[in-house]
Amino acid sequence: MKNHRRQPLARPAAGLAAAVLALAAACSSGDGGDADVYTWWDPYPQHDENSAWAERVDTCGEAAGVTIDRTASDTTDLTNRALLAAQEGTSPDLILLDNPAVSTLSDTEMLTTMDDLGLDVTGVDENLLAAGVVDGEAYGIPIGANTLAIYYNAEILDAAGVDPASITDWDSLTVALAQVTDNGDKGVTFAAIGTEEGSFQFLPWFWGAGADLRDLDSPEAVAALELWTGWLESGYAPNSVMTNSQNTTWEEFLTGEFGFVVNGTWQVNSAAETDFATGIIQIPARDGGIAPAPTGGEFIIAPVQSEAERYDVTRQIVECMTTPEGFVETAETFAYYVPPTAEGQEALLEARPELEPWVTAVREAKGRTSDNLGTDYPKISEALWTAVQNALSGSATPTEALQQAQADAEAALG
Amino acid sequence: MTTTSREASGHAPECGAAGGRPAAPAWGRRPRRRAHDSARHWAAVGFAAPLLAYLAVFYAYPLWRNIELSVHDYTVRAFVQGDPAFAGFEKYAEVLASGSFGTALVNTAVFTLVSIGFQYAIGLALAVFFHANFRLSGVLRALFLVPWLLPLIVSSSTWAWMLNSDHGIVNSVIEAFGGTQINWLTSPDTALAAVIIANIWLGVPFNLVILHAGLQQIPAEVYEAASLDGASARQRFWRITLPLLRPVSAITLLLGFIYTLKVVDVVWIMTTGGPGDASLTLAVWSYREAFGTGQPDFSPAAAIGNLLIVIALVFGFVHLRMQRRWEDA
Repeated sequence: MKNHRRQPLARPAAGLAAAVLALAAACSSGDGGDADVYTWWDPYPQHDENSAWAERVDTCGEAAGVTIDRTASDTTDLTNRALLAAQEGTSPDLILLDNPAVSTLSDTEMLTTMDDLGLDVTGVDENLLAAGVVDGEAYGIPIGANTLAIYYNAEILDAAGVDPASITDWDSLTVALAQVTDNGDKGVTFAAIGTEEGSFQFLPWFWGAGADLRDLDSPEAVAALELWTGWLESGYAPNSVMTNSQNTTWEEFLTGEFGFVVNGTWQVNSAAETDFATGIIQIPARDGGIAPAPTGGEFIIAPVQSEAERYDVTRQIVECMTTPEGFVETAETFAYYVPPTAEGQEALLEARPELEPWVTAVREAKGRTSDNLGTDYPKISEALWTAVQNALSGSATPTEALQQAQADAEAALG
Repeated sequence: MTTTSREASGHAPECGAAGGRPAAPAWGRRPRRRAHDSARHWAAVGFAAPLLAYLAVFYAYPLWRNIELSVHDYTVRAFVQGDPAFAGFEKYAEVLASGSFGTALVNTAVFTLVSIGFQYAIGLALAVFFHANFRLSGVLRALFLVPWLLPLIVSSSTWAWMLNSDHGIVNSVIEAFGGTQINWLTSPDTALAAVIIANIWLGVPFNLVILHAGLQQIPAEVYEAASLDGASARQRFWRITLPLLRPVSAITLLLGFIYTLKVVDVVWIMTTGGPGDASLTLAVWSYREAFGTGQPDFSPAAAIGNLLIVIALVFGFVHLRMQRRWEDA
């Protein structure tokens, strides 16, 4: 009897279960390709949907007759998400990606070449384009470039009797730091965090000593790391540099307590707004001259799409971002991007002549994946920042740390 | 249910002919019974299906995928192209032979055991304290839950700021009392201790809530009888509270253990496992391999993840066995 009563109930329940399953299946097989909506990922979460940057992106979409759906996340996350999306076959139409990651993504064959898209890259400065070129094919166009220099607090330097022009090599810089700290102020802050940012900030000193990324434990490399550990030991730099991102170092500098900070083009506007006078010097090489700083900045790249007819609009959006006017507009929007073409640089200097030292620095800068490193760079970089962390924290001497780094890099590269 | 399945297996050939439906019992009013039982069977399948689908999609597949990742050599290229070379246990061997493995294993043990030890002790002390039910105890107890309610990114970042070497509040207090600056997050000697302190703070509310609930279950008569017999507060705690709380304690410790074993966010936000490998645990190492650098290494990351699952499983079985022994006793 009991069963007879149950039966009528059982059928709807089974039906419901089947419906739930069917619904789940329908959801997972959904195809997101909307012809009028183009997806765009960039690493600028600090610019929200009401920012000038978002507006600039929208304008380029409107000019091509489509809506752009923009998503922002930080650089490391963006690389991972791009790989996952490529694996799932759900890549966005366009990604703005940090330049050393471009060769990694191109290696997976998930990117279209600029040639295939029908874009001309001949006008782009070679040292800036290099990060996106693999086997003679360009997989992206830099939308702008930036690099590192040293900002100083003119009031602190005056008080300590330091003439910024006298800083021409490592020795004179260290002497200046000693004068500043002796005068009761803090010396220098920089970012030695255990991420790509840490390597980015270490490279000017590394290259400035004459070291090579293929040879991490050379005496030149050790000298560069000893310069940093020496600064920490002497109290010229705070211990917190080990956890500092570049944004944090800038915050520290803005307190007005530090004489120097190593930072990039992107802080130009902020530096102008401080309530103390600031100035810029180029990062000196070990024995004088300007150290080659690494180029920073994002490439615009176009992942492969299953629907080839989307490329035409994609090309129009890229063109909008990379005309000389487009470059200058991007530079103005961000207040820090130096255009990667001679034409764009001239146009920018006409509008903002005070950016001259930065344009020079960008022209002198060196790509991190250059020297034929390509996809090897991320592995070498990880070994390098780990060595910096180990040496600064005192868990290894600079020599030991770099020997370990070289061994790790060799193991990782197989 | 049990009768149906037993009989189904007893009449296997018939069952095959019926296309997977359970065979009807050989006795009774056959035709009617058959239709009836098959409906029951389908209803049972219908009820079980959502759960089975859920288990398959959210448990079996990820687990299988993790194992699959760990026995192949997934380079970035192979990951996107879907054509990795089979590597067998090569990745496991690489992980075990790596210089970081010993450090990570010891750190994981220290991090987990010290964390749950303190979390449990503090949680129990607070639970007993609040069990007295004095005025405002409800409000105070609610305040103790705050660490639980805060998003981990917020609490971890706050701890990182407080423990900052140069301008953290902890160091400024230490210096105000004449101490010297401690490089909490940047010295290899203190980084692990710093993340453990933050993690203990995060885990206390969980222990407090569960143990407090456990205390409510202990009948008041037992305490009354004990006080009539002249038991001191200390004796009441050691002879009544703790033994009667044992099943609740066991599950709290087990859950705490598994939860702490796989903590990534706190450590990652505060030190990224550094400096060097000083605060690297297995879970953080796995995350670092997969997502922490510009070059994702999914295979070793998955191998480390599987090792963690095995460790958690072993302790799960230990718990089951202990529970059984208590029940027998």
